Amino acid sequence: MIKQVPNPLIEVHDLTVSYHTKPVLWNIDFSISKGQLVGIIGPNGAGKSTLLKSIMGLIEPQSGYVKIFDKNIDEIRDRVSYVPQRESVDWDFPASALDVVLMGRYSRKSWFKRYTKLDREIAFESLDKVNMKAFANRQISQLSGGQQQRVFLARALAQQTELYLMDEPFAGVDASTEESILQLLIKMTKEGKTILVVHHDLQTAFKYFDWMVMLNTSLIASCPSADAMTEEVIQNTYGGKLPLLSTISNLIKQKNLPIRE
Amino acid sequence: MNAFWIILTASLVSICCGILGCFLVLRKISMIGDAISHSVLPGIVIAFLISGSLSSVLVIIGASLMGLICTFLIEFFHRTVKIQSDAAIGMVFTFLFAVGVILITAYTGNIDLDVDCVLHGEIAYVPLDLAETGTFLDSFPTQPIILSILSLLILIFVFIGYKPLFLTSFDPEYAIAIGISTSLWHYLLMAAVSVTTVLSFESVGAILVVAFLIVPASTAYLLTDKLKLMILLSCVFGILSSILGYYLAAYLDGSIAGAISVMMGINFAIVFAYTKISSKKLQKIKSDPALNS
Repeated sequence: MIKQVPNPLIEVHDLTVSYHTKPVLWNIDFSISKGQLVGIIGPNGAGKSTLLKSIMGLIEPQSGYVKIFDKNIDEIRDRVSYVPQRESVDWDFPASALDVVLMGRYSRKSWFKRYTKLDREIAFESLDKVNMKAFANRQISQLSGGQQQRVFLARALAQQTELYLMDEPFAGVDASTEESILQLLIKMTKEGKTILVVHHDLQTAFKYFDWMVMLNTSLIASCPSADAMTEEVIQNTYGGKLPLLSTISNLIKQKNLPIRE
Repeated sequence: MNAFWIILTASLVSICCGILGCFLVLRKISMIGDAISHSVLPGIVIAFLISGSLSSVLVIIGASLMGLICTFLIEFFHRTVKIQSDAAIGMVFTFLFAVGVILITAYTGNIDLDVDCVLHGEIAYVPLDLAETGTFLDSFPTQPIILSILSLLILIFVFIGYKPLFLTSFDPEYAIAIGISTSLWHYLLMAAVSVTTVLSFESVGAILVVAFLIVPASTAYLLTDKLKLMILLSCVFGILSSILGYYLAAYLDGSIAGAISVMMGINFAIVFAYTKISSKKLQKIKSDPALNS
């Protein structure tokens, strides 16, 4: 179920990535149009983060290419925001939440200048959007995991770009925060921004996203969410793991357990 | 007056090292400082053999280049050959250092350059080595003049490059994502460390410079959550240790650089004890039943 779109904003063509000799992504070929909230879904080790990093040009692919706005990523880095996984940095670093968000205002043209008043205003606004304004001067080591995640999100918002790539922005945040972040993302797509989100929770994915990219080393589906919600697609994505998953979700339903991690 | 020049020299070394050390510690590459400080040895010897003098510009350039080559090799072994970064550091610097030792023992037998002098330096001789420039500077010793210029250059480097240095230290992946060249800033920092090591080797020696790079920065790290304050505190601890260390050495009639390094260690121990005690106090307040009821 792979649907190519006309005039794509992102075009991933024949992408193959491997670590050493083990392929992580195999012949990935899809396109995304403007203004979509896109979920990248797949089991652990399916290559979701790798796909995001390849689009971002952080990993060199073995073959294939990615075009964004019909250009190479290196030409348009100032038009793309990136939210890395929270675990990718050391949160004991001596910095405040505001320091981190201000990084989003870094500009290659004025790297040697101090941040302006406008930069600070935008940083505060971004923190406000994720309900973190009160923590602006808090040291990042003193924030909870969910709060750190929101600081990363605010940093990407401060970049004020048209395209956002987010690696597991919902990991470790509580239910009400997840809901408010989701509302923020939906609002942004309505304003014409395009957002790609790596997400691991199949249960909520169909509800959250307009478009699904289902991945398990190779591409299983890239289509509107409604079309991806078939047994065949899910079976192919989660492979042998699905029986286990469905047993778990059945158990969860039966016992009425909370479905979040 | 001698005491003044010696303390000034040590303080200037500790300012240069204290600033750069903060970034090394935060990037978790402090031991690269160790590697560089050893690897400059073959550079110093080769340049010395060519120029015949230890205080020539050629020595500074040759040795700094060797420090940079060392970091290139470490990156190469780590990223391309894919061995652990600490193993890469251990392989590269011991090899380069050994080359330096062979060169010294084989070719400089009768000249005033031995392994001891390069490794331990001799800060006590600093006031004797007067500048020979033919200007008013001639009444001042050479080392403090050179180190003042170096401190100024490093301050300018960190002041101008603060934003990218901060960003590439905290989140290199994001830095690449928004188009900052992380390797450019890595090598700029490494070049600064190399030059600092080379210029400090005459006074504090190639090994003790590692203490100047790492200990004050680590002490400051314990005390603050702000990078700018950490850099400032790191310099303060360096200068404090230089003053106390000088008088300790004078009292014991021992090695000055050694005494300064010991004072840094004592500084660290005191600060560590202080943070432990204050966190215990905080725990006590937190576990106060009145607060939890």
